[in-house]
Amino acid sequence: MSTSAPVIATPSYEDATARYEAVIGLETHVELGTASKMFCGCATVFGAEPNTQVCPVCLGLPGALPVVNEAAVRFATLIGLALNCTIASWCRFARKNYFYPDMPKNFQISQYDEPLCSNGWLDVEVEGEIHRVGITRVHLEEDTGKSLHVGGATGRIHGATHSLVDYNRAGIPLVEIVTEPDIRHPEVARAYVDELRELCRALAVSDVRMDQGSLRCDANVSLRPRPAAGQPDAPFGTRSETKNLNSLRSVERAVRFEIVRQAALLDAGERVIQETRHFDEASGRTSSGRSKEEATDYRYFPEPDLTPLALTSEYVEALRAVLPELPAQRRARLVAELGYTARELQEMRNAGVLELVEATVAAGASPAGARKWWLNELARRASDAGVEPRELAISPAQVARICELVAEGKLTDALGRKVVDGVLAGDGSPDEVVAARGLAVVSDDSALRDAVDAAIAGAPDIADKVRGGKLNAVGPLVGTVMKTMRGQADAAAVRRLLLERLEVS
Amino acid sequence: MKGTRLHMTDVSGISTPVESARTDDVVRLTAAATAAAIAAGELSAEEATLAALDRIAKVDDAVHAFLHVDAEGALATARAVDARRAAGERLGPLAGVPLALKDVFTARGMPTTCGSRILEGWRPPYDATVVSRLRAADVVILGKVNMDEFAMGSSTENSAYGPTRNPWDLTRIPGGSSGGSAAAVAAFEAPLSIGTDTGGSIRQPAAVCGLVGVKPTYGGVSRYGLVAFSSSLDQAGPITRTVADAALLHAAIAGHDPLDSTSVELPVPPVVEAAARRDIRGMRVGVVRELAGEGYDPGVQAAFDAAVAELAGLGAEVVEVSCPHFTYAMAAYYLIAPSECSSNLARFDAMRFGLRAGDDGRAGAEEVMSRTRDVGFGAEVKRRVMLGTYALSSGYYDAYYGQAQKVRTLISRDFAAAYEQADVLVSPTTPTPAFPIGDKVDDPVAMYLSDLCTIPSNLAGGPAMSLPSGLVAGLPVGIQIMAPAFADDRLYLVGGALEAALDARRGHALLDEAPTL
Repeated sequence: MSTSAPVIATPSYEDATARYEAVIGLETHVELGTASKMFCGCATVFGAEPNTQVCPVCLGLPGALPVVNEAAVRFATLIGLALNCTIASWCRFARKNYFYPDMPKNFQISQYDEPLCSNGWLDVEVEGEIHRVGITRVHLEEDTGKSLHVGGATGRIHGATHSLVDYNRAGIPLVEIVTEPDIRHPEVARAYVDELRELCRALAVSDVRMDQGSLRCDANVSLRPRPAAGQPDAPFGTRSETKNLNSLRSVERAVRFEIVRQAALLDAGERVIQETRHFDEASGRTSSGRSKEEATDYRYFPEPDLTPLALTSEYVEALRAVLPELPAQRRARLVAELGYTARELQEMRNAGVLELVEATVAAGASPAGARKWWLNELARRASDAGVEPRELAISPAQVARICELVAEGKLTDALGRKVVDGVLAGDGSPDEVVAARGLAVVSDDSALRDAVDAAIAGAPDIADKVRGGKLNAVGPLVGTVMKTMRGQADAAAVRRLLLERLEVS
Repeated sequence: MKGTRLHMTDVSGISTPVESARTDDVVRLTAAATAAAIAAGELSAEEATLAALDRIAKVDDAVHAFLHVDAEGALATARAVDARRAAGERLGPLAGVPLALKDVFTARGMPTTCGSRILEGWRPPYDATVVSRLRAADVVILGKVNMDEFAMGSSTENSAYGPTRNPWDLTRIPGGSSGGSAAAVAAFEAPLSIGTDTGGSIRQPAAVCGLVGVKPTYGGVSRYGLVAFSSSLDQAGPITRTVADAALLHAAIAGHDPLDSTSVELPVPPVVEAAARRDIRGMRVGVVRELAGEGYDPGVQAAFDAAVAELAGLGAEVVEVSCPHFTYAMAAYYLIAPSECSSNLARFDAMRFGLRAGDDGRAGAEEVMSRTRDVGFGAEVKRRVMLGTYALSSGYYDAYYGQAQKVRTLISRDFAAAYEQADVLVSPTTPTPAFPIGDKVDDPVAMYLSDLCTIPSNLAGGPAMSLPSGLVAGLPVGIQIMAPAFADDRLYLVGGALEAALDARRGHALLDEAPTL
């Protein structure tokens, strides 16, 4: 550490926010899930061999020209409509000029002062309170290629001996969604991104996988002193922009870190520098990104290779008419129809199982059963396997059938879990697994009676205790029976049977 | 590197000896006559191609029109045409006719240089739409012809591969940027050529080489595979010896292309029919007042006036029209074209194709980009890239690019008003005949004045043609005919009638007066 650097005391987050109000705006990039790229017919499959989904257009070869993908326009319009935006009846693409090796043309086709959608809002709920976040604009653009820096320490360009570029990502359609500086708390920032992610999922316009980069978030954060009572708000402070936050948790942590960092600077009489910053997951800290303080001049001008985009009101209204039920509407409906509490809904959302639970109920399961199976059992298995719950090889209908078998007493919870094992292993439907593995509950047959009698005979001291009125002492006997039955019995029924035999019930 | 030849295939070993007199006759045939002779079985496509290759071998050392000759590819196409004819297949109106392609188009099997060092060695993996249409029409592509680097220039002196010479006078420029195209056609190396026109780059070389050159309506011919100089102004079109040939080539390459968003979804105007009609009685011809006077060579003006008198003699009604904002066209053009080129040429960065300079293993990507662009681009390209970068900078955009776009609107309004009084407009194509090589290389503004009359049509998007009006001290000059957007057929109607009348008055085509090479 430089000896000349002033030592700045770091306040606690609580202390910082007691004196300063955070002003937060988010820019979110969502890769649209179109089959082909923004301006050419190349495929958009994630994880393909590098440079196999490319053509003269997305490689920026001399002479190649862009053609707008209608599906991307449709998806962006749907997002704009769902965010309560005004959809432009006429707008243009613009070139954003800057040199970088992963930018094939050394300009990005984007939109500048004429975005497709503008002036909307999204309501975000945090702990029962609704925060309305203004949407400045939603515009369409193309993604860049992906650089891989080789030979350095951490995959960063610094210290690398050479770089490789994969242009498969170049030209994938992106929407950039920019909020007003309306957000005041890190939790709201996180909840906004979460809500936006669900919204895109409901619209089926993107797989919004933050871990794969199909949703990326930049957070603009500034502080201003909280005004004394009765005084007007102070003007906005200087902001920092923390780039490429790739999880909900990172959004919240990075904003929180910036609040504390900037508060420390302001407390020490320093100024906040307007700059790009990077967030390090491991340390939870942000660090300065670009050394150059000068603002980049992108020399925007209207893209002369494309004609203006002029959406008819019929086109827009037809899309408005087919907007699906949005997440907030669905949550309200689920509370009303299925009786979930707000907390239960939040738990299911966080676990990424809400749609699955709903589908399971629709397939005949009880709301409580569906919730229990997805939230406890299946979410855990998905997390163990490193996949999303919806990627598990079990359908809501199959989960509903397991719920039904349990409700009918044909399976215990423990057996149900084994049925889940079988279905996930690809052994067929729940009924097929039950039959193949002989997992049905043995409820009332001689085998069970024999096992009960054997257990009593094998532990006369315990039997006496129970007979003497200590009903809870029956536990070990239940265990013995279950063991004999290899789990294929309902423990509650075994207990009942034991107590009957011992004539204490 | 003056005079360096790139990728020049040795054609002497391939050509079989066609009788010299016969070769001379064949290469002087128009495209229409060549196609007719092939269709009638009087000439094979292979003979026509060999004749052209022989002619190239004979005169191109002096003219230097070609940057690359694809003798094998041309002969393969020609033989395929002959085989299909022999099999009784009906051939298109240009089947088997040789063509010289401006080296600004991508074509499989050939390099594309755009006259620049920075594209040295690049072989594009795809065909431009113009090229696929030529192939579909069974046109024989002889090779790629010279041009000002990235089409920036009016003399072909800005080519990194040395200047092309005017077949009328080898000490003079053939015009530009499509100077290789015009020189190849005027030197009888090919009856057809495709050029591109951003500010006059088809019409000005056609005029100073005694040829017909047409810039179609913007959006009429696909730009896919045409390496962009200025996207909103670039347009491909024919350079030929006759109006009828230009019409045939225009019809072959025009029409909507889903790969070019700016290409229009309209039927191709009936240019071939219009070129043959020759009846312009009652048509209103507007002489543009602003495209005359100071700076115009008196000989150019005299030849123009004589051509206008000829139009009147054919029954056209000649009126004078005023387009006051044409005065600002040059200034607007030199903001818009450089602005767009500064962005279009950014992709030449040594990363994916073409030249890479200074990659010594230590220099970073930015440094290699910078070194490559430093040695890869010529002075005029750098001048325009810098001009355009400046004009688009924040704080200057409104004053320069924005203001130039407003001038563009005003020029379009001038055209619209003029077309209320006239069906076509006319002017000289260039203020002067071809100037000596080297004369204006140190004075860019003097060079820019070559395009004084041609720029307005690029800014407004309408079609325009140049055809020979006469000679000034033994050098050809041209008359420009302009028409409203999508009325390209009017150019051919007026051009076809005027050409026939001028040829009849002279007793021969103007090109017959060119010295023998």
